[in-house]
Amino acid sequence: MNSGKSNVRPFRIIGKPRVRVDALSKVTGQTLFADDIKLPRMLHCKLLRSTVPHAAIEKIDVARASNHPGVHLVLTGKDFPIEYGILPVSQDERPLCRDKVRFVGDPVAAVIARDEQTASAALALIEITYQSLPTIASVDEALLPTEAPLQDYAEEHNIHRRLSYSFGDVDEALEEADHVFEDTFFYEGNTHMAMEQHASVASADPDGRVTLWSSTQCPHYVHRALAKALEMPAAHIRVIACPNGGGFGGKTDPFNHEIVVSKASLLLGRPVKICLTREEVFFCHRGRHQVTMKFRTGVNNDGKLTGMHLQTLLDGGAYGSYGIASTFYTAALQPTTYHLPRYSFDACRVFTNKPPCGPKRGHGTPQPRFGQEVQLDKIAEKLQMDPAQLRLGMVAEPDSLTCNYLKIGTIGLKQCIDSVVKKSDWKNKYHNLPSGKGVGIACGAYMSGAGTAIYWNKMPHSGVQIKLDRSGAVTVYCGATDVGQGSDDVLVSLVTEVLGIETIDIKCVTGDTDLTPVDLGSYSSRVTLMMGNAAIQAAERARDLIANAVADKLEITADHIGFADRLVFDVEDPTRHMSFQEAVVCAEEKHGTLVTAGSYAPPKSAGKYPGGGVGPSPTYSYTAAVAEVEVDEKTGVVEVSRIYIAHDIGRSLNPVQVEGQVIGGVYMGIGEALMEETTSRRLSPRLSNALLHDNPSMLDYKTLTMHDMPEVLVDIIEDPDPNGPFGAKEVGQGPLLPIMPAVANAIFDAVGVRIDEVPITPAKVLKALEMKAAGREGRVGPRAFPAIDWPQAMFVLPPAEGGDGKASNKPERKRAAKMHAMDKVEEQTTDTVKPS
Amino acid sequence: MMRLPAFRYHAPTQLSEAAAILANEGPDAMLLAGGTDLLPNMKRGQQTPATLVALGKIESLRKSTNGTGLVLGAGLTLTELVGNPSLRKMYPGLWQAASVVATPLLRNTATIGGNICLDTRCTYYNQNEDWRKAINYCLKKDGETCWVATSSKTCRAVSSTDTAPALIALGARVRLVSASGERVVDMQDLYQDDGADYMQRRADEILAEVILDPMQDWRSTYWKLRRRGSIDFPILSVAAAARTDAGGTIRQARIVLGAVSSEPLLSAEASKFLHGKKLTDEVIEETGRILAKLAKPRGNTDLTPIWRKKMVPSFVSHALRELRGDDVSELRKRIAHQARN
Repeated sequence: MNSGKSNVRPFRIIGKPRVRVDALSKVTGQTLFADDIKLPRMLHCKLLRSTVPHAAIEKIDVARASNHPGVHLVLTGKDFPIEYGILPVSQDERPLCRDKVRFVGDPVAAVIARDEQTASAALALIEITYQSLPTIASVDEALLPTEAPLQDYAEEHNIHRRLSYSFGDVDEALEEADHVFEDTFFYEGNTHMAMEQHASVASADPDGRVTLWSSTQCPHYVHRALAKALEMPAAHIRVIACPNGGGFGGKTDPFNHEIVVSKASLLLGRPVKICLTREEVFFCHRGRHQVTMKFRTGVNNDGKLTGMHLQTLLDGGAYGSYGIASTFYTAALQPTTYHLPRYSFDACRVFTNKPPCGPKRGHGTPQPRFGQEVQLDKIAEKLQMDPAQLRLGMVAEPDSLTCNYLKIGTIGLKQCIDSVVKKSDWKNKYHNLPSGKGVGIACGAYMSGAGTAIYWNKMPHSGVQIKLDRSGAVTVYCGATDVGQGSDDVLVSLVTEVLGIETIDIKCVTGDTDLTPVDLGSYSSRVTLMMGNAAIQAAERARDLIANAVADKLEITADHIGFADRLVFDVEDPTRHMSFQEAVVCAEEKHGTLVTAGSYAPPKSAGKYPGGGVGPSPTYSYTAAVAEVEVDEKTGVVEVSRIYIAHDIGRSLNPVQVEGQVIGGVYMGIGEALMEETTSRRLSPRLSNALLHDNPSMLDYKTLTMHDMPEVLVDIIEDPDPNGPFGAKEVGQGPLLPIMPAVANAIFDAVGVRIDEVPITPAKVLKALEMKAAGREGRVGPRAFPAIDWPQAMFVLPPAEGGDGKASNKPERKRAAKMHAMDKVEEQTTDTVKPS
Repeated sequence: MMRLPAFRYHAPTQLSEAAAILANEGPDAMLLAGGTDLLPNMKRGQQTPATLVALGKIESLRKSTNGTGLVLGAGLTLTELVGNPSLRKMYPGLWQAASVVATPLLRNTATIGGNICLDTRCTYYNQNEDWRKAINYCLKKDGETCWVATSSKTCRAVSSTDTAPALIALGARVRLVSASGERVVDMQDLYQDDGADYMQRRADEILAEVILDPMQDWRSTYWKLRRRGSIDFPILSVAAAARTDAGGTIRQARIVLGAVSSEPLLSAEASKFLHGKKLTDEVIEETGRILAKLAKPRGNTDLTPIWRKKMVPSFVSHALRELRGDDVSELRKRIAHQARN
């Protein structure tokens, strides 16, 4: 946590709109991405991918490929005996499949050759004999008994994992509610569509060590996976994350191709490069899970929630990836926006023969947020309340614990709602626009960094080192990776602010496991907060060393030393000053070689129950949005004409960057609302086993282009959060969340039909309009939630009912809890707990 | 990245030279007339010519001639067409069609001849080699099943050219030149209902010119349905042209549907129905019904076939209302999802 000192003085650069530090090199094409790296004697790798959805590999014959002129090496599954995977509980991937392939696109063999064309030609010479296994094409098929599950460690059938939690007695809460709303929703899967395809270059040195340059968001996790899969000491492996041409979660897993080229380089003693095609990026996937959801929500006549029961079913594709975390996230963050006394959820992820799903911007939360925010719109309709007022009346309290033990710090959601209501002229527009035009409101919340690492450890989540020397040069080192979100700019600007110099005076070295201290990676919106706090700590330590030495020279105490405009001075008499460089010389004279470090670990989570590590965050960001749409009632075509959005960021470090992230989130949100979908095509089972990615190209996978974007009016809500660097919270993911439900709600306002699923295509809108015209319910969405055999829910008593954060399934405890809760209700009017 | 396979390349400067090369190389040779579609197709192995004969250096293909009508060299880019003021004035339907093909960048390279000959499209075909291998290929290329209509004996890939429906509505003809001679063919006879063998043009023929008759008393229009106004191929298009007398009675009308079959569909029934009628709302509505019957969209392009078929009357209505003289500029921007700029 940063010291108070940094927070009180006026900022020199923080909060002012600035050109980010990496802008010029990016817009002039000088940034080196992984695919730009060319090394002497470099060879090229191509992967042979499965053309069958599910099969045992009987035989692989690589003789002809190996003998092909220009081929240096052919690798297959037998060269990689060790399994790996991002989560310790899902070590189910191999760099190349050995026994089995699980989706069309699963890599089976690799050819390393003098160029890509030669490697591609040799791939065609590899002969594989497959023994077909049943194709699992849908969640419904995955829930059925099977002789041949995709993964041996499936819980049952093709069920990867089921989770059941109950925070208080939800059945009772629903029984006692004035109304219970029951709604099912469907959210189709989709993918990241980063501009840059994944690329990697590996180069072994003569001593048997290897360096991997890669387009990865998480060099630290790649480092760990390489050490495991290559059976090498991590100390002999160096991973350098190149600047990413966008990631959005698609480059957070360690990937098979990264391990393959590293192994090949070690075997050949030459650099080996791979650059995936766009199709292959679609096969790597790790995108948004398809989720079917059912909400049962209790509401009283005054619009207050009494409890909620949520069920989610995720199509995970063929591998684990982050899937168990994704499954938790389809439920864990629901209570962070509105006061929810009791909550229970059942979540289930299944395996299917499709590219594996994983984390995409908002990781697991956009789907249930969509369901909840659309359901709230239905609740407001039924209770005849204004949906904005309904939300304002139930916003969670600051500094409170949710019923599932997430600690809310600052919460600017009310201000966000007020802002979009005012700017959109909501009160005059809602229910008042001519038919075909409508407005819809929705909200969201997101973590500013996950409270726990991917693997259990007690070490810092982010470390920053600073080196200063007599030249006046400052170099900042951090393992964080700039994936386009601007983390280098955040790092440099925070250190600049503390040391009173200019951003150009600072060089930053990031994402290099040999040179930089560990940062866990660019995921879960954690970098600004965690790296930022570590950077401020390291910078303040450097500042203190300098202040201490300069104070001696100026014969004053160190707390009277100020830093600004590249000067170090007496704050009482700024004419007594020296240049920053002179000040560093003083410090080097007094303290010797100058190096400082800072580190950050998030606070411990309040939930002590198993699984309680998923969801906690140092603080949460909040967003509200109003969408304005026009719906053509003859065609069902929806046009989003304007988005008003307000985001609670705590403090905006660089407003240009913040606004860019907000608009980027809106862009992705409209795409998900209206068109983006990762679907699979099952050929007629009578004729074929085939199951393929439907649209693995940038033409067929539909995303908005810049011409399809509406006007976006952004308001930044600032209320510094004590846990954030200078008060900052996240902005990379949160602003996406309210967009999809806001669009769906606006469509209802415009034409009176409910599309309870995304994407909202013209055909669905038209179908709903036709149903409505025929006197039926104008709704398109799932009718039912599949039957799943859930485990007994883990019971955790909410803090407001006297819970201690621990789980218990002992019935007597549950009963005691009920009794206790009844006592509580009598003695207090509010049931939020304010921890000291 | 996905790379082009090896091929021989010729870039003749004379049409006769190009025709001679084609005759010599046989069916393994293909013409390169912009290449915005052919080259990506070659990268994915959908089209596998051994030889490409580039037409870009043949000056005679890059001319347009104003006489009594308009003769367009097949090598003119779509951007050049869109920049031609007399084309815009005389043949607005063609101008509109050319202006909504793909993106400005692609139109800078793509040619009118190339767009007329555009390969038919299908989501079982416009995929890379591995993907098509995984379905054991399809009737259009290397396989035996049409996966979008498994009982069909012919390929059901979709005619996706924007300019052809407009040209057919305008009664255009094309000049086909080969080493053994040349012929002029009506655009409406150029295509056939087979996605794998969709054109009457022989492999040794070069589409050299598009010939448009003078049409002073005609009005024409083109309406395109697609997901994104900024880039996509059509999933339904309506091209319409009509000649009316001073009282607004139709003397001649031609309506063509694009992207709902393996060939552009000229509706003889609509021409007959509209003859001698005024474009009242009722007449427009009935014409929509006639055209909807004709459309045969299938599940092998974007969005659902049922919805695309339902869109036919709306789009016919937009087109005929524009011909009637209604101001449909706002509608064009909004409903047809045309590019905003």
